[in-house]
Amino acid sequence: MSRLKELFVSKKSKVLNVYCTAGFPELNSTVKIMQALETNGANIIELGMPYSDPLADGPVIQASGNIALANGMTIKVLFDQLKDLRKTVTIPVILMGYMNPVIQYGFEKFCSEAAAVGVDGLILPDLPEHEFEIEFGAIIKKNGLDFIFLVTPETSEERLRKLDSLSTGFLYAVSSSATTGSDKDFNAVEQYLLRLQEMNLKNPVLVGFGIKDKETFESASKYSNGAIIGTAFIKALENSKDIALSVKQFLSSII
Amino acid sequence: MKTDTYQQPNEQGYYGKFGGAYIPEMLHRNVEELKAKYLEIMYESSFQKEFQQLLKDYVGRPTPLFLAERLSKEFGASIYLKREDLCHTGAHKINNTIGQILLAIRLGKTRIIAETGAGQHGVATATVCALKGMECIVYMGEKDIERQAPNVARMRMLGAKVIPAISGSKTLKDATNEAIRDWINNPNNTHYIIGSVVGPHPYPDMVARFQSVISEEIRWQLKEKTGHELPTHVVACVGGGSNAAGAFYHFLDELSVQLVAVEAAGHGVYSGMSAATTQLGKPGILHGSKSLLMQTEDGQVVEPHSISAGLDYPGVGPMHANLYTSGRGIFLSATDEEALQAALHISKTEGIIPALETAHAFAVLGRLNLKETDRVVLCLSGRGDKDLATYIKELKLVD
Repeated sequence: MSRLKELFVSKKSKVLNVYCTAGFPELNSTVKIMQALETNGANIIELGMPYSDPLADGPVIQASGNIALANGMTIKVLFDQLKDLRKTVTIPVILMGYMNPVIQYGFEKFCSEAAAVGVDGLILPDLPEHEFEIEFGAIIKKNGLDFIFLVTPETSEERLRKLDSLSTGFLYAVSSSATTGSDKDFNAVEQYLLRLQEMNLKNPVLVGFGIKDKETFESASKYSNGAIIGTAFIKALENSKDIALSVKQFLSSII
Repeated sequence: MKTDTYQQPNEQGYYGKFGGAYIPEMLHRNVEELKAKYLEIMYESSFQKEFQQLLKDYVGRPTPLFLAERLSKEFGASIYLKREDLCHTGAHKINNTIGQILLAIRLGKTRIIAETGAGQHGVATATVCALKGMECIVYMGEKDIERQAPNVARMRMLGAKVIPAISGSKTLKDATNEAIRDWINNPNNTHYIIGSVVGPHPYPDMVARFQSVISEEIRWQLKEKTGHELPTHVVACVGGGSNAAGAFYHFLDELSVQLVAVEAAGHGVYSGMSAATTQLGKPGILHGSKSLLMQTEDGQVVEPHSISAGLDYPGVGPMHANLYTSGRGIFLSATDEEALQAALHISKTEGIIPALETAHAFAVLGRLNLKETDRVVLCLSGRGDKDLATYIKELKLVD
């Protein structure tokens, strides 16, 4: 059974997925942060691979990516850093990134090396479902990786069912059609999550975008299996003097 | 019906291996709506009537096809200039913005966003928004705002809000990122008017169709003047590639016509300061489509360089990437210096001051091995007023 599947079998609510950018704030802080996330109660780690043109990300995550790139982060460096990951980190790890760096690295090579270091799944927001079906999905599957599609309040029911059927691991519900870090009225989101819940989807649902504190985490978790925190966590790391302490303080403010 | 065409992409938006719609789910509904409706809307009679009327009375079409006699003599062939520089706002860009604003209205949108590099597409968008009373927001790289102050002033005078793109390299590519993010955040009331034949399907095809009026006119104008509908060569500059797409469009599947695309080589193709995408790029994904892309080994997008802001883009439209890799198009390049000298030469020879972008196209005429019987059409995509500050500085025109 995959780590994600196992997780959702044993924990059905308030699953906390924390996003961090690989190579931020320092080139070598990646694994340290991942260890601290596990120690302090995160259930899933979503590790962002920095890109020069991250279309779906807001200013805070973009800026962290630029710093990571300036620090020298690349996919190759990242896989090197993750070589011994599974000696210290046991929770599921998902790589999030954009198609261009991945296809330059070689899609097949990327998937097999990700699987080899113990990565569990991928989120590639600009991989369209058509190309997933005709080309890339099979490679992802062959390497035993999960693939998580995004859905939004504007996604039609028919398309939702399709994306749910293509996803494994969980479904990433964008809480409003917005780039990461945007503030939107959270109450407006509840109805959408309720609608998702009533659809009895195949996959667990995690809510992302706009989750920034205990209140928004709890409220998102009410109608889903949990939530994803990104921008708020990156902000907490921005001026950190002691990374382990910052991670601890941040997570204790959420759970 | 032709099954093999360079003109139109397949249903998924691919020209050969290039194109597609590599977009996050947040844009899916908008792009899907556009894809489902653009052809139907564009070809309904009320749309065509209004579009053609505006092209005639507002833009000033048809633009002349001018036989440049002194240039013809110099290069030993008949050289015709397609005068897109005489369009309202000074360049071909408005052909597309007129089309897209009419489309946006029919889609029920009330707010328009656009990206701009040199400001020409921004001005063309602000112009049609003023014409139709629509809210207009233009994203422009912070660096470009400094470099192109007169066009920023024009846009503001036309009622547009100019928002600086402060991420990344603060130029056109980042302005495009910001515009796309705006669209993600405002999916319901907003239409994004992309300025070139780039972006996710159906944009490359839609923009090419709106610009295709250029080659449609060339065909009948050339027939009128020479008795031949087909030129031997069509020459155009290429950044993203919208004027080239328009000038090539009705000749793409006429294989006797040589299509010559001219990219900006900056300080030299291999100088590290260049925007010659087909020469330096590898297949990649930017702004929602797969094309040729200037990038590092790690797949990070590289900032290009050209003296001409309109050619300063790290990608190229998927139609052009297909013309390049299939060998259907001939891709040449001209350096900053060659473009400057060509601009000066054309000004003195024909009494027309071209835009710096267009000057790149002029710069390669001597490399085409022309014969006396050749009929060359060069797309004079824009006028040089906007580049006067650069001309003054680089050509030392003021004592």
